[in-house]
Amino acid sequence: MAELFRPGDRVLTSRTDPPHHTRLPRYARGARGTVVERQGSHPLPDRRARQLPAEPEPVYTVRFAAAELFGEGDHTVTVDLWQSYLRPAAPEGEE
Amino acid sequence: MSGDHAGPAGTLAARVRHLEGLLEQRGLVDARELDDALTAFLARAAPANGARLVARAWLDEEFSTRLLADANATLPELGLSMGGGLQEQRLKVVQNTGETHNVIVCTLCSCYPIALLGPSPTWYKSEAYRSRVVRDPRGVLREFGFELDPAVRINVWDSSAESRYLVLPRRPAGTAGLDERALAALVTRNGLIGVAPI
Repeated sequence: MAELFRPGDRVLTSRTDPPHHTRLPRYARGARGTVVERQGSHPLPDRRARQLPAEPEPVYTVRFAAAELFGEGDHTVTVDLWQSYLRPAAPEGEE
Repeated sequence: MSGDHAGPAGTLAARVRHLEGLLEQRGLVDARELDDALTAFLARAAPANGARLVARAWLDEEFSTRLLADANATLPELGLSMGGGLQEQRLKVVQNTGETHNVIVCTLCSCYPIALLGPSPTWYKSEAYRSRVVRDPRGVLREFGFELDPAVRINVWDSSAESRYLVLPRRPAGTAGLDERALAALVTRNGLIGVAPI
């Protein structure tokens, strides 16, 4: 699967609450963050857990401000996310 | 359903035993082979490995630079690797500085670099730590007795995919004369997870 994002890109995570296994943590859904780095490619666990064919796809380290995730806090959280969980978002300040 | 687990530990253990039995029955796995592999892996997996990495990084700036840029390629310099499981896992070493402090968690289960830190402590797997450290890391550190300078920013690394993380703590003051072995003896498992200073 082609790599859609580069370090520095702003992304928006999926808001979907799937009825199956996923590795997109609940607290990081529907949140805007910044791609820190690309980690390599791995099959999507959401499909693998259901024994569906899963091509390796890019996984990224994405950094979120705590205030974006929890509405408060001055720290950041980085979460490792498969490309299928992400959509492009507007650059910071233009949202 | 990311927070869901297979059920109580007893049920999971029973399922694993059942699966192991089937694999042996069908001749896919030899029981002794499995035990030997587990014993060998766990004998090598200890926090002393992570401590050696840190001590070397404190003493050798070029080693530290290589470790932070590509940990997997640098581990063999100390005879270490992340290949103890089924496949080699990517390791990312994150450095504490005067401006930034790093803390490791796996909010979905308990992912952790066992080869370098040994089996994970019970609290690391607890729902309380996993759910709270992403939300209020400063408060959680305080409960560990670690009062972090308010000016230092915190980044929490959630190991939610295929990478594993290790914290490179700051070298403590007053250790200028110490050699690699003496420095390694100062490094604790909690320090390598980021919940304690060294």
